[in-house]
Amino acid sequence: MAITAPSGGRPWTFYALAAIFVAYVIFLYGPMLCIYVLSFQGPEGALSFPMRGLSLHWFDELWTGGDTGDLAGAIGRSLVLAVLVMVLTVVLSFAAGMAFRADFPGSSWLFYLIIASLVVPGYVLGIGIGLMFQLLGWQTDWYSSALGAQLSWTLPFGLLIMFAVFGRFSRSYEEASRDLGAGPLQTLRLVVVPMLLPGIIAVALFGFTLSYDEFARTLQSVGSDNTVPIEIWSMTQNVTSPSIYALGTVTTALSFVVIGVALGSIALIQRRRQGATPL
Amino acid sequence: MLLARDDNTMGELDGGPAAVTPHCRRERSWSLSSLIMAIPLAIILLAFVVAPLISVVAVSVFRYDNFAVVPAFTFENYQSVLTSGLTLSLYLTMIKLAAVTWAATLVIGFLVAYFLVFHVRSKLIAIGLFLVCTVPFWTSNIIRMIAWLPLLGKQGAINAALMATGIIHQPLQFLLYSDFSVVVSYVNLFTIFMIVPIFNAMSRVDPALFEAAVDAGASRLQTMLLVVVPLAKSGIALGSVFVITLVMGDFYVVKIMSGGGAASVVSAMVDDISTLLFPHAAASAVVLLVVLTLLIAAIMRVVDIRRELVRDR
Repeated sequence: MAITAPSGGRPWTFYALAAIFVAYVIFLYGPMLCIYVLSFQGPEGALSFPMRGLSLHWFDELWTGGDTGDLAGAIGRSLVLAVLVMVLTVVLSFAAGMAFRADFPGSSWLFYLIIASLVVPGYVLGIGIGLMFQLLGWQTDWYSSALGAQLSWTLPFGLLIMFAVFGRFSRSYEEASRDLGAGPLQTLRLVVVPMLLPGIIAVALFGFTLSYDEFARTLQSVGSDNTVPIEIWSMTQNVTSPSIYALGTVTTALSFVVIGVALGSIALIQRRRQGATPL
Repeated sequence: MLLARDDNTMGELDGGPAAVTPHCRRERSWSLSSLIMAIPLAIILLAFVVAPLISVVAVSVFRYDNFAVVPAFTFENYQSVLTSGLTLSLYLTMIKLAAVTWAATLVIGFLVAYFLVFHVRSKLIAIGLFLVCTVPFWTSNIIRMIAWLPLLGKQGAINAALMATGIIHQPLQFLLYSDFSVVVSYVNLFTIFMIVPIFNAMSRVDPALFEAAVDAGASRLQTMLLVVVPLAKSGIALGSVFVITLVMGDFYVVKIMSGGGAASVVSAMVDDISTLLFPHAAASAVVLLVVLTLLIAAIMRVVDIRRELVRDR
């Protein structure tokens, strides 16, 4: 449905808007690229341009220097937590996405609760979880209170994606599967899940990356052992060397690997489907 | 797992008996299986959103004596929050920052979505470009924020480039540690929250409407303003809710990008918490929640956001 000029070619607005789009993309990625480049400076490197030398010094500094606390531990915790959040987000939002295809008692309330947990200021929710654990006499930990804090952020996204996914999924496939004699579980396993796999992978991607980078909700609910974003936050307060850029490069590279795997597998599935002969 | 346990309701879920059972019964059995499948998510949100917020309200009326929180009932915290000139100035600052950020993200988000939906001819390329906009969202906000430091600083790349070309002779001071750098960070981090809902809403605009508008003599600008904007308004409203609540709830961008010179409503709470003034922070949090709820209610009065999100059900 692209707009065409009266002559049939591209209208001038195409070029104007394309220029705005390119400027936006540069605005989006430019700064990130700068700190990746600056993290490869030599030992005399500083926080701004020009580049001073070229080395892996600041990456080495991350592990051996005194700038960070328990970085290896934080990365390990962040990864385990991200996988936990991812699995729970996929399972719970898939089930709830199916549920929302019909009305059920309280569906309206649940919907508003989901929107509320999306827009409530993260730090306020973090304090709330911290206070709740305090009132109950429980100890906050990354695998309990912080896990819940992060789910309050990832589940709404997961569910909104499932809304879109189920919105385009016709029930007739399930009916056909049933008519052919499949049981409910077989239908789920052999028809629904495979057909919706790209959407499910997208939910997994959100679950993992949003957890891995979550900060505002985690800060007051994580307990004594930090995750990576909180490690980064404490570095912004007291580190004035490029090692903070090096940590940025490491953690973003990890995110990019996850994003690449997720988007790559979605693209692969779509290509296979296009290759398959339609019945 | 829940699905496995209840074979009977799953049978209904498959839609099989739909054709033979009367409408009303089908509705009811649907409700039951739906309810069961929605319960796990509901429990998590009740435990980690509703209960914590109730805890905040509870602690906001507790008393703070000798560095300890005492369960009591007092309005002192609210009195202190509501009568403080600091609260008012914090809200004024944040409303100003939120308004500027909202306007900038709305214009950029609308134009980017408009370009992707209506100007890019190949749907595949449009989705690819859309993903290009989305990828940074899946990386760390704090890293994306501090990435502006080497660019905007006094000795940063932008000042260096401007001085090298002779446009300026003194480094621009306002670039970093100012409202300017705070807003730049907000726009950088949050425009995606505007692009996605507007993109979604625009994708559903029927192309025939475009032709009809043009046939009826509308210019392209008129088509955009009179056809596309009204049809995309639910997306605009949803994006606005996200951007405004994100800015009003921010504390780390203000803290780092203003160089400690400015404070936000939430960063004042962070300071309270660091000095263990939990009841005061809680009262301040409740006030913020009330303000945001009123704001969202006002937006939702104008536009039905729920219809936007679950329209295709």
